[in-house]
Amino acid sequence: MADAQPIVPPLVIPQDREGSRPLVQVLHEWIVTVDHKRLGLMYFSYGILFLVIGGIEASIMRAQLAVANNNLVSPEVFNRLFTMHGTTMIFFAAMPIVFGIANYLTPLMIGARDMAFPRLNAWGFWMTALGGIILYFSFIGGFGLYGAGSAPDVGWFAYAPLTSPAFSVGHSTDYWIIGLLISGFGSIATGLNIMTTVLCMRGPGMKLNRMPMLVWLNSVMAFLVLLVIGPLTAAQLMLLIDRYLGGHFFDTQAGGSAVIWMHFFWIFGHPEVYILVLPAFGILSEVIPVFSRKPIFGYNIMVAATVAIGFISMSVWAHHMFTVGMTSYANAFFVASTAAIAVPTGIKIFNWVGTMWGGKITFTTAMLFSVAAVAQMLMAGLTGIMLAAAPFDWQLGNSYFVIAHFHYVILGVIVFGVFSAAYYWYPKVTGRMMNETLGKWHFWLFLIGFHVTFDFMHIPGILGMPRRIYTYEASRGWEIWNLIVSVGVIFQVLAVLIWVFNVIRSYFKGKIAGSDPWDAWTLEWSTTSPPPDYNFAELPVVRSRRPLWDLKHPEDPDWKYE
Amino acid sequence: MAICLGIFLVVFSLIVYSLVRYRKKATDDDSEPPQIYGSNQVELAWTVIPVLIVAVVFLAAARVIHAVEDKPFPPNTIEVTATGHQFWWEFQYPAYGFTTANELHVPVSDRSHPTPTHIILLSADTDHSFWVPQLAGKVDLIPNRRNEMWIEPLDVGHYVGQCAQYCGTQHAKMLLNVMVDTPEDFQKWVQQQKEPAVMSDQVAAGRKVFETNACMNCHTIAGTISHGRFGPDLTHLMSRTTIASGAAPNTQDNLTLWVKDPDAIKPGCLMPAMQLDEQSVNALVAYLMSLH
Repeated sequence: MADAQPIVPPLVIPQDREGSRPLVQVLHEWIVTVDHKRLGLMYFSYGILFLVIGGIEASIMRAQLAVANNNLVSPEVFNRLFTMHGTTMIFFAAMPIVFGIANYLTPLMIGARDMAFPRLNAWGFWMTALGGIILYFSFIGGFGLYGAGSAPDVGWFAYAPLTSPAFSVGHSTDYWIIGLLISGFGSIATGLNIMTTVLCMRGPGMKLNRMPMLVWLNSVMAFLVLLVIGPLTAAQLMLLIDRYLGGHFFDTQAGGSAVIWMHFFWIFGHPEVYILVLPAFGILSEVIPVFSRKPIFGYNIMVAATVAIGFISMSVWAHHMFTVGMTSYANAFFVASTAAIAVPTGIKIFNWVGTMWGGKITFTTAMLFSVAAVAQMLMAGLTGIMLAAAPFDWQLGNSYFVIAHFHYVILGVIVFGVFSAAYYWYPKVTGRMMNETLGKWHFWLFLIGFHVTFDFMHIPGILGMPRRIYTYEASRGWEIWNLIVSVGVIFQVLAVLIWVFNVIRSYFKGKIAGSDPWDAWTLEWSTTSPPPDYNFAELPVVRSRRPLWDLKHPEDPDWKYE
Repeated sequence: MAICLGIFLVVFSLIVYSLVRYRKKATDDDSEPPQIYGSNQVELAWTVIPVLIVAVVFLAAARVIHAVEDKPFPPNTIEVTATGHQFWWEFQYPAYGFTTANELHVPVSDRSHPTPTHIILLSADTDHSFWVPQLAGKVDLIPNRRNEMWIEPLDVGHYVGQCAQYCGTQHAKMLLNVMVDTPEDFQKWVQQQKEPAVMSDQVAAGRKVFETNACMNCHTIAGTISHGRFGPDLTHLMSRTTIASGAAPNTQDNLTLWVKDPDAIKPGCLMPAMQLDEQSVNALVAYLMSLH
């Protein structure tokens, strides 16, 4: 499939790369860069680094829980581990990764030379980076590393009043607050940047309704970032005021309200899930059409469904709070709004199937990850509907069933989507193909590990195992399931190691990709791989949703049908 | 649940079918398949059908929510006030005027003469959640807030649950034991719990240890000068099957270990080791063992 020549001849501009330069100079260039591609890669690698750190934390927890009454780690360390795991994965792994992908691809996909605000972009990245460093400095900044320091141990949603000075002595919670506060500034900057870029920087002919699906999903994501990071920042500031200036917002011992914190946190927390999953949906919506050789089925309704998910996601937050004793009317409202979000999500799943239907499907590693993500989204959506029914949630909320449900979304859809993106766009980023044999090993091992871990994790939840317990008695009947769950982790770790090896090896030894190895249709494939600093020598003119299809098939272009 | 399983089977088979049927075959040439952009009828269908399913799910859920949250109570309902502490449970029976800890006794209910138990949920410190999976869904115990729930067990037995909202270091060992008794057994238990503590001269030495150390600051033993509220009420300690909120069986060995070094049983719990000498520990345990 790999075309030796880019599809748009005038765009072939030789790379003006010099020979070898001193390492210091290269590092300096990366640190001061304002180029969206470099920042995108930095965001992505930073996220992967934290993905590995968070994964190590998860592995230690699974080792601790593998057998009953285990003493591998103390309860204090276990509580720090799950707090750091959750915080790391959401704020310093998943968000930087989706921001990285959005940063790298948005200008390329809409025919722009860079983001709207390149310097703000760099500032946003470095804020996020600083936030992560501050969070992890708590391990040594508290009481030193001995016994794993005093990292935050209040859970990733840090319910009041556990965070008040009476229950959280020392500074670990402060590291948590300030780390998230600062990375939140970075997120808002990036959200604003993506939004502005999409609205103002589109190339000639790139109307809103011609944008690739990924760009649409990223702009809804950016919109959500702008709306919901604010409440989180406000809550963090109020908590700081409580802790240091004698405020009583959440300080229940002085008449504050623990429930207000929950509202603030989940008004951020639930849309946050969609901030992470929408870009993954976008990736699936790019990869599946290309490897089915068909355009996305029902573009308009896909966009409408995306916007609907964005809106509805703002009104579902209290389904995290079904057990706090809201009135029956409030509970019923949040059941309705939460169940409603299944409709646009269902439309998306059907449209992906519709895209594959009647196509000619090639199972590259990228496609395998995307297809698995669709099936897993189906499963995650259905357990989501079950949990949306409040009476069901009264039983299974805060149990391992919920843990299994949201890991199905976060790993099964988001991480699978990210791996799919990594295989799909790696040739564009590096100019070389990733090894498909290693890729298939990665896929199948990861798929097996994922299902062994998270399918079986539903069961101890149904048997009554709550989350966040560092150990349990053998008599509860949870042990065998926990052991199976922990064994799955081994497969996942192996798979990720293979992937990392593949990424590094392919960079040096991979087959040369050419500009358009997948015979794809969106604008990023019209420029060289890797793209030059200015992306496009001449801004391409777009006449339909698949500009490269039009060029490749002048006898049957898309714009005839729009 | 059944609806979800049905949806899963249908949609999953659609995915598998389209993957198998439309995979690229070796015999295929390089031509592109027919380019289909969408279909309004099909898309309308898979919008409307999920909307209907969602409506059904919502109505079913709303009915159960109403039945559970807005339930009227018969006059012979047992009233209990449960207060969550780091990391144990306090149970008050206001109608009978006594307090106990960690093991909740309720009478079994039968359909002709229902005797549900209505539980008021409070918290003394952080958030907790009352969850005995076989008896009811969970409801949180939140400081500065009065929540409520009810249980109506129809079978006699011992039901185990635990705190389901992360509340601090020993969240894991904050077990809930609910003993569902026959009405006769329940009345007998109530009569016993209403009595003040057994006073026996044989264990006077142990009582002195209890009352001259910090023990009495945190624990109540009804009928003595010990009135602490920070830890569990010990008036009828030996009527309970476990100590440390379900962390260990209530035996002499465990009590001794618990008094000597609470962290050995429940690391991170709030009871301090009092550094008593061997003789005092033995006297104290003898006193505790007398609290039937």
